[in-house]
Amino acid sequence: MTAATMSARGTPVTPGRSPLLRALARPELGSVIGAIAIAAFFTTQTDQFATWAGVANVLDVTAALGIMAVAVALLMIGGEFDLSAGVLTASTGLVTALLVDRLGVNIWEGIAWSLLFALAVGFLNGILVTRTRVPSFIVTLGTFFALQGLNVGVTKQLTETVQVGGVDEAQGYGVAQAVFASTWTVGEGEFRVAILWWIVVAVVATLLLVRTKFGNWIFASGGAPVSARSVGVPVGRTKILLFMATAAAAWLVGTISVVRLTSVQANVGLGEEFNYIIAAVIGGCLLTGGVGSAIGASIGALIYGMTQQGIVFAQWDNDWFPLFLGGMLLAAVLINTVVVRRRAEDSPG
Amino acid sequence: MRPDLHPMDDIHAALDDAGDQLPESDVAPHTPLLEVRGLGKRYGGVVALQGISATVNSGEVTCVLGDNGAGKSTLIKILSGVVSYDQGQYFVAGKRVKFSSPRQALDRGIATVFQDLAVVPLMSIWRNFFLGSEPTRGVWPFRRLDIEHAQDVTVAELARFGLDVQDPHQPVGTLSGGERQCVAIARAVYFGARVLILDEPTASLGVKQAGMVIRHVVQARERGLGVIFITHNPRHAYPVGDRFIMLNHGAMVANVTREDIDLNDLTQLMSGGADLDELAHEVQDHPG
Repeated sequence: MTAATMSARGTPVTPGRSPLLRALARPELGSVIGAIAIAAFFTTQTDQFATWAGVANVLDVTAALGIMAVAVALLMIGGEFDLSAGVLTASTGLVTALLVDRLGVNIWEGIAWSLLFALAVGFLNGILVTRTRVPSFIVTLGTFFALQGLNVGVTKQLTETVQVGGVDEAQGYGVAQAVFASTWTVGEGEFRVAILWWIVVAVVATLLLVRTKFGNWIFASGGAPVSARSVGVPVGRTKILLFMATAAAAWLVGTISVVRLTSVQANVGLGEEFNYIIAAVIGGCLLTGGVGSAIGASIGALIYGMTQQGIVFAQWDNDWFPLFLGGMLLAAVLINTVVVRRRAEDSPG
Repeated sequence: MRPDLHPMDDIHAALDDAGDQLPESDVAPHTPLLEVRGLGKRYGGVVALQGISATVNSGEVTCVLGDNGAGKSTLIKILSGVVSYDQGQYFVAGKRVKFSSPRQALDRGIATVFQDLAVVPLMSIWRNFFLGSEPTRGVWPFRRLDIEHAQDVTVAELARFGLDVQDPHQPVGTLSGGERQCVAIARAVYFGARVLILDEPTASLGVKQAGMVIRHVVQARERGLGVIFITHNPRHAYPVGDRFIMLNHGAMVANVTREDIDLNDLTQLMSGGADLDELAHEVQDHPG
């Protein structure tokens, strides 16, 4: 039996789609349009926005958020949330700072222990979610509170304040400063090296998602976990690795921050976890998993950063920012839902 | 009879030497691939299944019929490795097995296509086709999906089942129910399944779509697979079945071959059957 005879017998043929229709089904589409509109708006409304200094300022705000949004987007595509990621950026900074300040270790040793700590937290999140099948929203809410308590409790116990400093006096700080906190100047703008880290993270995450076996498993684990398992995808392992990747991203952001500021407050990062999720959703991630992209999450972070700094440049009252944020989030969710419906529910029969 | 003298031993060697990718060439038709004897399963004190004895041969379609709650799904779950049995014996190619995961069954060539769980709707056709067995090239950390190869194979394999896919990037969710089943069946065949278990593949489909799935069942049989076709609809089973196993309240009430029973007997036994002629006609039109 040949394909030709079968088709000739009237088996439905799937039509090819035009490039335009394909573009319309991209999860990032809404966010790209939104980003262009916001950039255009603040360019016309303020003098600083479209300058080197303005761009450097926006990207400075955006870089840390972008790194986290990309990691959280991968986790959300895999069908899970992590509410502990924001507080973990403080925890990892504190681990490094406390080791350096109290025990006098080399800063790189502190950074290495901090990474180990982050991976352990990520593993714990992952194993709790996959083994107990308790929703990750609840599990990571638990880790969120536990870490928040640890951050402040341990810091107070050891330093009798809620701040640890003296990081710049550590051995190896010079190199660490160059790697995590240096700047370069273009025009009158001072650009942070964190921006490069963000770009690296976004590119690696994108390649991982669309070009590797593991990326395929991420989409499947979030899109239809039972189906994925039945064809041999290790769904549990995939999700645990995603939690660990998110924790590693929190470590990177925490390290960049502690090296740059040379000290860390025990209560930073609180509430940031929602910003990561908002950026990922604005960038096209579905709350139900299985859809999204790292580029989209980066654009989502950019929209967040542009709006936040644009309001500052325009000298508006900053209290208006959450209103914009909420509006954008709702608009993004609506657009995502429509796009996904176009993608998958136009079933011919 | 001692298990080590089991009559299926002789084909076991043949199966072991067989190539992985092309099941149609490695087993002679009508040789036993899978056998259960006195199979049973309890959930707590409730007997879900008991005393099931049957053989599944290559190049034949074994239909499992029964109403809801008859034990069909328990039987499939045991055969596909989702749950374990606690009575009787289960042989694959002559070797006694007790699977603890679907992956183990898959590795022994037993692939299951569950009705609603065959595919990930939002992922593209080619990604679904290779999900869990993705082809890669390059050396780590630069190992990446061999996308071109995956797409070519997907298009070619689906074409063998009569599905002409022009855009393998299209999400599977845009395909019809019958076409999704086709993707899942073609995938199982491509990855070397010897036994294909289809769980109610026609249950939620209209007559035309059901006819299409049944045609795929015939194609899989012609490629030498042993097909287990689970259905509560005798009108879908009779046109393709070589053997019919009927379950009721967890027990086997009939195990007959196509020669033992004619169309009317089966129809009367199961009741209904108005569309039967149409389906029989459909299958006769497509001898392969």
